[in-house]
Amino acid sequence: MILFNYLIFPGFLFSAIVGLLSGWVDRKVTARLQWRVGPPWYQNFVDILKLSGKEIILPERSKITFLFSPFLGLLSLVLAATMLGKAVIFPFQGSLGDLIVVIYLLTIPAIALILGASSSGNPLASIGVSREMKLLLAYELPFILSIIAVIVKNAGALQLGQILGYQMNFGSNIASISGVLAFLAALLCVQAKLGFVPFDAPEAEQEIMGGVLIEYSGLPLAVFKLSKAILLYVAALLLIVLFMGKDLSPLFISLKFIAILVLIILIKNTNPRLRIDQIMRFFWGPVTALAFIAVVLAMLGL
Amino acid sequence: MSHKVIIPIGPYHPLQEEPEYFRLYVEGEKVVDIDIVIGYMHRGIEELSEHKHFDQVPFLVERICGICSTSHPLAYVNAMEDLAGIEVPERALYIRTIIAELERIHSHLLWLGLAGHFIGYNTVWMWAWKYREPVLDIFEMITGNRNHYAMMKVGGVRRDIIDDDIPELKKTLDELIPAVNMFKGAVMDDPVIQARLKGIGILNRQQAIDWCVVGPTARASGVNIDIRRDDPYAAYDKVSWNVIVEKEGDIFAKTKVRILELYECIGIIRQCLNKMPKGAFDADIKEIPPGEGIGRVEAPRGECFHYVKSDGTNRPIRHKIRAPSYVNVASNKVACVGGTISDAAITLAAVDPCYCCTERVAVLKKVDNKKILNGWDLIKLSQEKTAQLKEGLRDGKSG
Repeated sequence: MILFNYLIFPGFLFSAIVGLLSGWVDRKVTARLQWRVGPPWYQNFVDILKLSGKEIILPERSKITFLFSPFLGLLSLVLAATMLGKAVIFPFQGSLGDLIVVIYLLTIPAIALILGASSSGNPLASIGVSREMKLLLAYELPFILSIIAVIVKNAGALQLGQILGYQMNFGSNIASISGVLAFLAALLCVQAKLGFVPFDAPEAEQEIMGGVLIEYSGLPLAVFKLSKAILLYVAALLLIVLFMGKDLSPLFISLKFIAILVLIILIKNTNPRLRIDQIMRFFWGPVTALAFIAVVLAMLGL
Repeated sequence: MSHKVIIPIGPYHPLQEEPEYFRLYVEGEKVVDIDIVIGYMHRGIEELSEHKHFDQVPFLVERICGICSTSHPLAYVNAMEDLAGIEVPERALYIRTIIAELERIHSHLLWLGLAGHFIGYNTVWMWAWKYREPVLDIFEMITGNRNHYAMMKVGGVRRDIIDDDIPELKKTLDELIPAVNMFKGAVMDDPVIQARLKGIGILNRQQAIDWCVVGPTARASGVNIDIRRDDPYAAYDKVSWNVIVEKEGDIFAKTKVRILELYECIGIIRQCLNKMPKGAFDADIKEIPPGEGIGRVEAPRGECFHYVKSDGTNRPIRHKIRAPSYVNVASNKVACVGGTISDAAITLAAVDPCYCCTERVAVLKKVDNKKILNGWDLIKLSQEKTAQLKEGLRDGKSG
């Protein structure tokens, strides 16, 4: 049963399918916004399939780190997806403090990217790595602050199940002022976690040609793409669990999922890419302030 | 970090789809120096031109650049008319102006889209190119081609603009105004774009003069030059319009100049369509006397200069071309240094570079014992490689 949970539902297979389909929604909506037609629904699946069949080119040095890091990122995301998914299905079975574990697991993909890219030894990748590190430092603080706001609001619950239970009794967190502010801050952080415009400086195709991903090809690249798709699903699900946990019937959860997805896509398509110093200033300034105000308001019970 | 890291932009790079090579010397994210290498696509246009007769040259120089593809023929015919002292029918002058301004519209929209793409704003890219499309359709309608119009001819134009096409042309221009308004709002009032473009890649007035930049690049730095006004050709002295000048010199000013110029272009075309007289559109030139002439045209990227020398035969004995990007690209040397890599990407693109216009013969100095291969050597190498592969295949089959 546990193996089923990790590998099929709600773990790897399910999150991969939902993630890739969300990725397709992203591509299709983006295309329609830009007067293009957009790909068919299975495009992301065949992309992954095709990439995994391509030749893998390895850098001269540190082949193992280079190959190992994409899988590290994927593994941590699958774990996070399973924990979140189980929390939604069986809210009262989770372990104590699983929220903290999920937060940790969600930082690992970025670290895996940093590891893999820096082991390639490419100068463009090294610029990408330094940007990815700065980005990680920038968004983690407000992200954790906004989650603290939720914890404070829900009587110090550190368990995903408890947070959901609290919201079922007292209404979604997003219905309160502190909830809205924390949600906004967390949404922006998720945008940065996903590496979407305006926070895609580490990849920045036009500046550093894909930066962190520049040396990757074949299967490892496919794994990175797959992890990004799963991250899209996990991050949106985390936002739902933390902020919109009142009604979690399959219909409502899908509607909420799509709503968050559309928000992310809209931010992505109505902004240019920010410079990395601007990103840091943005996250440590306004976004952190926003999250901090949310914490204070949550303490006041608003 | 004390040692300099080189970040290459080019010769193959997703930033600009032409072979050019910028060597950015960076310390962390900061660009401390830049080397500009061009010459990857030299096609020997000037030499080719000396082997064509006078009426064939416009088709050749049209192919110097795909975007400002009427500026070069226009500059060439201006040079020829200067050389031979030809009186061009007035209708032809108006038609030339219309074509040149339509080209400026599509070129500026193209640049706007690319600039959006370079700062990661793909929506602007797609939208700008969508609104550029009707302009190309208009070109197809009145000239038969979307990009290489083949309209310019020594002594006139090759095709008339027929009256039936004019309502459609006017309608397209009317529909373009709301689109330009939208871009003006979406680009110039967007705080994120301002944060990204304001105060970076600055080329101040003195630097602009020192580096001899031309066109919108110069006008955005407060240098009030425009060949259309300073040395009028075609029908520019018969219509009224403004030269857009901004003084900041940053990327935002360059964007602003180009967007505001779109309104002026539309205004000029409208006036031309109303004022255009009926009558002949070609002076029917048969002989070109010996002599020399120059032609200058304000291409979308700046001053385009042609010099032609004739010895009384039917082909030029010297044809010298200077495209605007040749001077504009060099100004990156001052505009890029001091910014970050992200800024450099958009700064390099902000002069609206056109490398194939710019290409010159690159002379390689022989360093150490390194062998320099020319085109023939490479072809020979490739043939040897193919022969080896064939050999391998044959062995594989027999074995």
